[in-house]
Amino acid sequence: MDAIQKSMLEKIADLHEVPEGAYNIRSNGALAGRNTTANIDIVTKQDKPGIDIIIKPGTKNESVHIPVILSESGLNDCVYNDFYIGEGADVVIVAGCGIHNCGTDTSEHDGIHTFFIGKNAKVKYIEKHYGEGDGTGEKILNPTTIVHIDEGGYMEMETTQIKGVDSTIRDTQADLKDGASLVIKEKIMTHGNQTAETNFVVNLDGVDSSANVISRSVAKDSSKQVFNSKICGNNKCYGHTECDAILMDNGHVNAVPSLEANDLDASLIHEAAIGKIAGEQLIKLMTLGLTEHEAEEQIINGFMK
Amino acid sequence: MLELKDICFNVRQDSKEKEILKNINLKIDERFVAITGPNGGGKSTLAKIIAGIEKPTSGKIILDGEDITDLSITDRANKGVSFAFQQPVRFKGLTVKDLITLASGKKITIAEACSYLSEVGLCAKDYINREVNASLSGGELKRIEIAMIIARGTKLSLFDEPEAGIDLWSFNNLIRVFESLHEKIKGSIIIISHQERILNIADKIIVLSGGEVTAVGTKDEVMPKLIESSEACSTLLDKLA
Repeated sequence: MDAIQKSMLEKIADLHEVPEGAYNIRSNGALAGRNTTANIDIVTKQDKPGIDIIIKPGTKNESVHIPVILSESGLNDCVYNDFYIGEGADVVIVAGCGIHNCGTDTSEHDGIHTFFIGKNAKVKYIEKHYGEGDGTGEKILNPTTIVHIDEGGYMEMETTQIKGVDSTIRDTQADLKDGASLVIKEKIMTHGNQTAETNFVVNLDGVDSSANVISRSVAKDSSKQVFNSKICGNNKCYGHTECDAILMDNGHVNAVPSLEANDLDASLIHEAAIGKIAGEQLIKLMTLGLTEHEAEEQIINGFMK
Repeated sequence: MLELKDICFNVRQDSKEKEILKNINLKIDERFVAITGPNGGGKSTLAKIIAGIEKPTSGKIILDGEDITDLSITDRANKGVSFAFQQPVRFKGLTVKDLITLASGKKITIAEACSYLSEVGLCAKDYINREVNASLSGGELKRIEIAMIIARGTKLSLFDEPEAGIDLWSFNNLIRVFESLHEKIKGSIIIISHQERILNIADKIIVLSGGEVTAVGTKDEVMPKLIESSEACSTLLDKLA
């Protein structure tokens, strides 16, 4: 791996060297390294690009890293990754994609991730997206995440896109059985002329299933964001969706939270707030000795933390 | 020393000029200076003018001989003016430790941040990593606001109704906070307050009413007048009833 690839790996997966435990590193559309453990197997798909990640029932405190790096301009990479999480397992999965585009052609990575989370299994899924490079070529990331959670299963999904991605459409669909729960925390910051669209559809099918979808975003310069979130309560369940956005410059945010209750005992809440940084927040930090610009930085950093 | 020379502050209301502050002339050099007076008398506006949040329509603000009238909020803060808001601001994402660190202006250890919180009666470990958001109560925010001023430790500290929302039990502690803050900064502490117990510790009391300074002096000079005027009010009210 060269210096660019190493630096990207650090940005998207906080990795300095090869990770501990199971991993699969994909670089410019090809396998760049893989490790499996006694409990976690990674198998290349035969029918289409991508991998199957198979985690044995009862696997505890293990992690899987599957970073993707694109440093060649003009590459269009599409992968299908399926995760099979065995009953009662408790694991951390770190995915992420970094694009370094110095050229003039568009680089694109579309990852289609499907999770099959077994009964009472627990997954923390962390996904970071990042783009860099001073070429004029666009950096596009369109991730699709499909989640099926079996009875009593739990998934916490943290997705972050802070910088450098020109265009993104993020689709996430989930269905939950009895007692299953899902927490999604999304953070997006767009600048320049970037566009970001997020679509969440969560089906709460099981008794006492629950979902909490939280998005925090900052739209700077002339960037545009669309946030669509739909929670369907199809049983006695609890759902909450929240979108909180800060506008700067000529940023544009369209938040469309929606709830669909198909059961008398479905309890669903949505909240959405969009606005510029409150003047009193800036003033407070300025009375502590920060300049207006420094105050703005602190407020945004805190908000996106 | 802080000097206010002929400070006037007007706002436009219903296409008419309204005078909020009229020719305020004050010298503040004492340890504790309390500003009191009826609601709407101009107290908070005066504090904002000292901190640079509002610009006076006319007049000059002199800090230790330097004219700071045209300086920004940031510049004044860096020259040693601190201001605790009447209504503290909430921040999504910033933690108590973040704010205390920003206030102190340098990297501080958890132990240092905790010591500031303990001074205002907050159990530090419960609060240090809390976000300064809507989950904190008004009284908790108020204490954190005061802790930030302690962390700054500048020569001029302004508090706008620090006692509001703080329970009676902590009242004596609040006075202790002011005393120990003075030990540290050796400058002036200006407190806007309606509380007799705070007025009692003041070396100088300024009464601001209808945008004008109606009395200045020690508590022995000013307090009897304050009580008289409130008695006058109650007599009037009695008559009306």
